[in-house]
Amino acid sequence: MREFAYARARSVDAAVALVADNPGARYLGGGTNLVDLMKLGVERPDLLVDVTGLPMHEVTEDGDTLHVGALVRNSDLAAHPLVRERYPVLSQAVLAGASGQLRNVATTGGNLVQRTRCGYFTDATKPCNKRMPGSGCPAIEGEHHNLAILGASDHCVATHPSDLAVALAALDARVGVQDLAGPQEIPLADFYRPVGDRPDLELTVRDGALVTGVALPPLPAGARSAYRKVRERASYAFAIGSVAAVLKVDDGRVRDVRIALGAVASHPWRARVAERALVDAPATPPAFEAAAEAELAAARPLRDNAYKVPLIRNLVVAVLSELVGDR
Amino acid sequence: MTRTWQAAPSVGHPMARVEGFDKVTGRARYAGDVALPGLAYGWVVPATIPRGRVLHLDVEAALAMPGVLAVLHQENAPRLTDIGEGTLFLFQGDRVPHWGAPVALVIADTPERAREAAERMRVDYLPEPPDCVFRADHPALYEPRFVNPHNETVTEKGDIDGALAAAAVVVDAEYRTPAQHNNAMEPHSTTAVWADGRLTLRTSTQYAYAWSQSLTRLFGFAPGTVRVLSEHVGGGFGNKGNPPRPDSALAVMAATLVGRPVRVTLTRPQLWPLTGYRTPTAQRLRLGADRDGRLVAVEHLAAVQTSRLVEFTEQVTMYSRPMYAAPHLRTGHQVVALDVPTPRWMRAPGEAPGSFGLESAMDELAEACGVDPVELRLRNDTADDPTTGLPFSSRRLADCLRVGADRFGWAGRDPRPAVGRDGRWWRGTGVAGAHYPARTVPSTAHATALPSGEFVVRVAATDIGTGARTALTQLAADALEVPATVVRVLIGDSDFGPAQGAGGSTGTASWSWPVVTACRDLAHRLASGEAVPPHGLTSTFDSTDAVRARHELARYAWGAHFAEVAVDVTTGEVRVPRLTGVYAVGRVVNPLTARSQLLGGMTMGLSTALLEESIMDGRFGDYVNHNLADYHVATNPDVGELDVAVVDDPDDELNPSGVKGLGEIGIVGVPAAIANAVWHATGVRQRELPITPARAAL
Repeated sequence: MREFAYARARSVDAAVALVADNPGARYLGGGTNLVDLMKLGVERPDLLVDVTGLPMHEVTEDGDTLHVGALVRNSDLAAHPLVRERYPVLSQAVLAGASGQLRNVATTGGNLVQRTRCGYFTDATKPCNKRMPGSGCPAIEGEHHNLAILGASDHCVATHPSDLAVALAALDARVGVQDLAGPQEIPLADFYRPVGDRPDLELTVRDGALVTGVALPPLPAGARSAYRKVRERASYAFAIGSVAAVLKVDDGRVRDVRIALGAVASHPWRARVAERALVDAPATPPAFEAAAEAELAAARPLRDNAYKVPLIRNLVVAVLSELVGDR
Repeated sequence: MTRTWQAAPSVGHPMARVEGFDKVTGRARYAGDVALPGLAYGWVVPATIPRGRVLHLDVEAALAMPGVLAVLHQENAPRLTDIGEGTLFLFQGDRVPHWGAPVALVIADTPERAREAAERMRVDYLPEPPDCVFRADHPALYEPRFVNPHNETVTEKGDIDGALAAAAVVVDAEYRTPAQHNNAMEPHSTTAVWADGRLTLRTSTQYAYAWSQSLTRLFGFAPGTVRVLSEHVGGGFGNKGNPPRPDSALAVMAATLVGRPVRVTLTRPQLWPLTGYRTPTAQRLRLGADRDGRLVAVEHLAAVQTSRLVEFTEQVTMYSRPMYAAPHLRTGHQVVALDVPTPRWMRAPGEAPGSFGLESAMDELAEACGVDPVELRLRNDTADDPTTGLPFSSRRLADCLRVGADRFGWAGRDPRPAVGRDGRWWRGTGVAGAHYPARTVPSTAHATALPSGEFVVRVAATDIGTGARTALTQLAADALEVPATVVRVLIGDSDFGPAQGAGGSTGTASWSWPVVTACRDLAHRLASGEAVPPHGLTSTFDSTDAVRARHELARYAWGAHFAEVAVDVTTGEVRVPRLTGVYAVGRVVNPLTARSQLLGGMTMGLSTALLEESIMDGRFGDYVNHNLADYHVATNPDVGELDVAVVDDPDDELNPSGVKGLGEIGIVGVPAAIANAVWHATGVRQRELPITPARAAL
């Protein structure tokens, strides 16, 4: 392990000033991903700026919007009464992730910017375009049974490992960030870059921007939401496929639907094609299946992950059907 | 042999393990925990090619880094004696035998500095094209001279092909099991210290005595030079077994080179290439039977892999040799040497993968004959070993099957597959038999009476979490006819003399023989009035002659496993709400620790059935999911209700204590029982493990 400096930030401005122009600096929140990557030699920072003392620990209401501070721990987020009441999909997603011990320290902001668990990325002895641009992607011909089927490129087929972010994608959440230019809020859908030929560049915000929180707009009246995760082990495993859905049905017809897919792409995958296919469609399993098929027409599975296509299709149908049938 | 054991006050009681308090309070010290003045740390520089030569190591740059004391490599390492163990023949040349093999060891004053220098060391290689991928039809497969540990490669009785051609019903199927890594919780670690001309190793080993002998020969030391201590070992599952591991040889080299104590501890990813694993297997089963399911022919052939360093052939089809009656019976093995890490022992080596083949094929035969799978196994029970013709010392497979069927509620099961739909779940049940050899190995123990009235028993045993220390305490107490509270059993020290290790379910069966005999002798001497001198009165017993004088018999523990599964129709997720295991394991010394062993075996079987798979990337020669996030071991929510029972199994043909090992039989057959239940639930045969959602999806 290389020696590094450690600083505790006294304000958001001070934290951003320390990290913004320093490519060797990293923010330290819960550390559940960053510290692992440091042990593996994947991250080798010169400076860790501990942001856990900053005032970003609250869940607050602002009119209809719920603001979640970037430092709200996963456990606290999942247990928050307003989250459980208004956004069951979010609470369910958080509780489906990691382990109790990890959720007690992992933060909301850190969750959004965690790195892929692709085994070639986390092994510093292997090539990886995300870790070492231009070195190649061994996953495409190698071990990829849990890697991307949507939106990947010839340069990278990594998946984003988060459950929480999949729920946020379905909730049309906005991400609060601050960089040297000041604070801003951007839709989660615009927070992640498409993979393209630079898989090392994952976010649309400037290097050194600090995630300060997440804003959750209200769901349409009468809408219901749910998250379902499939994993190989019953607990403490990353998804091999997950679905977050928000659904409003009137008179047997879909009035509002949002679907986000996890473990299929480099970022939470908002299933816009499926959503468009479902607007005003009958809220029935055949319609859900047709919509899922339409979304998955763009899937480009690899040698060993084609199982994800029917898995996701079945999961979309099951989750939407449960949201209809559960009333 | 006449019955030599009696019911007694300590044996049979659920005594809590004697070192339990030390373990839960952190007082127990494991190999990597011991603090020593002047301790230095070695860090492995692993090869990053699967095959080729080391051209150059940038040793100078490493030596210039902070805290680095020395670098061990092929040019300055001591010359070793070739003891036929290639994994220990380290730094003796420039060949790279596999990915992750040590090419150098950096020694520094802290582990962090050693690691930093090791990870930064530049190594130039001359790579050669590797061959790392195991295939059932690999052209380099061959029949080895013997299979593990020293068993016949092929057995043949009767006319298999003729019998199959004439059989009314034939099952012919191929089964595959993946590479698996043992993944004990305690890291593999060795600390080497020279003092007064002796070398003491504190290491995580299941075989303290055997390691001391192997390392003495490897380094050409005078006999008695090496002492191996392993007071507490945090799990092993075979891959802290014999022979010694590279970290022990490296620690010896390093301590010798730098003249101070050196510790070498492997990280989780490093254990993948350096400590062994279970080979992948490809198995072909051909069963011939009459219309009532009575076997006329059993053929079980397996292919496995080994490394270029050692020929290590897992004894996969030995499972079929004693299991079911068949007039025509053939078993065989082939192995291929690849540019891969060396496979080693993993819980129930041979029997665990082999039982998946035979017990799955038996289920297919039950289906083909229309006979209940429990009844099919009962119909093919036998009084004599069908391969050797030897009588069994005891054979209680039928008892296990009947008791298990009763406990599980097997009666009335609808034999048809894919009829048990319950909401989003398909439900089904399955069964498998099990056996595991009941071996006893010569060992030596000493029993000492102290003037205080206490007793100390010394035997170079190891407790890898099994409860062996506690069981020996109970056996010793009864032999001495004293309460267990005045008996202290000391283990994990090679200086106690030759003794079997904790492996092959032989531990308690082997150690108890000299422990009990020495204790009885001591009790007799005390009863006849012999005085206890100030340093104590000691009786020693070496069981070698007694073990060799036993009758030639087929000695086995027996078992049966029953599984209920639920398969999600949407996703292919398989859950196991219920497992029942029933065992005949001789005399149970401690029902508490015995039950834990059997629960652990069943859980590992479940984990094998559904989760565990080491994935080889043949371009690198590396098992690329080398961590506990990507290599899935069962968690609590994966485990449903576990029901464990033992049937009475008095067996006087074993050892004076009447014990059979029970550390491994719990895993045997569980994957087949679960796979058979998945077939019953869904109608789809699962002939390849693990049964992941991708494989079970409908």
